Amino acid sequence: MNQLIGKKIGMTQVYTDDNVLVPVTVIEAGPCPIVQIKTPETDGYHAVQIGYGAKKEKNTSKSMQGHFKKAGVEQQRILREIRLEDAAEAELGQALTVEIFQDLEKVDVIANTKGRGFSGVVKRWNFHGGPASHGSMFHRRGGSYGMCQWPGEIQKGKKMPGHYGTEQRTVQNLKVVKVLADKNLILVKGSVPGANGTTVIVRQAIKQRKSA
Amino acid sequence: MNPIIDEITQEQLKPERDQFKVGDGVRVHQRIREGNKERVQVFAGVVIARKGHGIHETFTVRRSQMGVGVEKVFPVNSPVIEKVEVDRESITMRARMYYLRSRIGKAANAVKEKRVYMATRGGAK
Repeated sequence: MNQLIGKKIGMTQVYTDDNVLVPVTVIEAGPCPIVQIKTPETDGYHAVQIGYGAKKEKNTSKSMQGHFKKAGVEQQRILREIRLEDAAEAELGQALTVEIFQDLEKVDVIANTKGRGFSGVVKRWNFHGGPASHGSMFHRRGGSYGMCQWPGEIQKGKKMPGHYGTEQRTVQNLKVVKVLADKNLILVKGSVPGANGTTVIVRQAIKQRKSA
Repeated sequence: MNPIIDEITQEQLKPERDQFKVGDGVRVHQRIREGNKERVQVFAGVVIARKGHGIHETFTVRRSQMGVGVEKVFPVNSPVIEKVEVDRESITMRARMYYLRSRIGKAANAVKEKRVYMATRGGAK
C-alpha cells in the first residue's frame, strides 16, 4: 500500500536545509480509507480499493451508498484500486495517510494533462511551420502528408491536427522535498501534469535505483 | 494565492528585509561556503530594482568596481543573506533605476534623486 489519491494544489518555491531554493509542487494526498479488500477467494487476485474526497450522501447513488456503508466509511468522491502481493494485512475502513511517503526519497505522480482542445500540428507535434512573411502562404500547416497515386492514401498514424491534452501522464522519480503529515501535504520537486485542483495519484517510485 | 501555498511560504519569509527600498545604498552580507569553511562577503551598492512578491521576490544591487558596472541579483528571503545594512536612503521617482546603467564615472554612484536630507534637513536650512 504505497499509493494515495490526492489533489494538485499548485507550485511554489521552498528553501531546503542546505539553503537551496527549489521549485516544488504542493499535493494534498489522502487520507484515503480502504473501501474494499479483494482476495483470490472472492475476486481472483489481491487488491484494495481506496477512496478520496468528500461527497454528499444525496449525490451518491443508493448502490454506492451501500458499498461505503459496508466498509463503514464516509462517501468518497474518487475510488481507485491498488494491486497488492497480499491483501491480508489490510483492514476495512483503515485510512492511509501521507505518512507512508515520510521516509521515501522519490515518488511517481500520475495525472491527466491540461486539455488543449483541437490543436494544430505546431502545438500538438512541435512542427516548425513555414515562414511568416515574404509571401510564403504556408504558415502553420503540416504539409507533406502523403505520396502520389501510389499508395494513393495517407499513411496511418500520420501526425495531424486533432484533439490534444487530457491524456494520462506519469512523471517518474520526483524527489520528495517535504511531507507535512498534519496537513496531509506532500511537496515534490518539479512540476506535475494538469491544472491546479486536478486529481493526481502519488505512488512510491517504481524505478527507484537501489541504494548501494 | 492559494491559502495552503501561502501558509507554506509564510514561514520562510523574512519580514525584516522590507526595510530597504529602491534607490537605497546597501551593504549585503552574504554567507559564502568554501569547502568546510564559511565566510561573509559584503557587496555594497545601490538597490536598482525589487521584483516579484512573496518567496519569489528578488532585489538587484548595482555598484561600479574599477570602472566596470557590476550587478548582483539576490532573493530577498534567502537564508544565505545574513543581513542587509542600509547606509544611504533616498526618495526615488522611479520604481526601477535602470537609467544608472548608462551613467559613467562619478554620476554612476550618485543617485541623483531627491535625498532624504534634501527633503527634511535641506528644507530647514
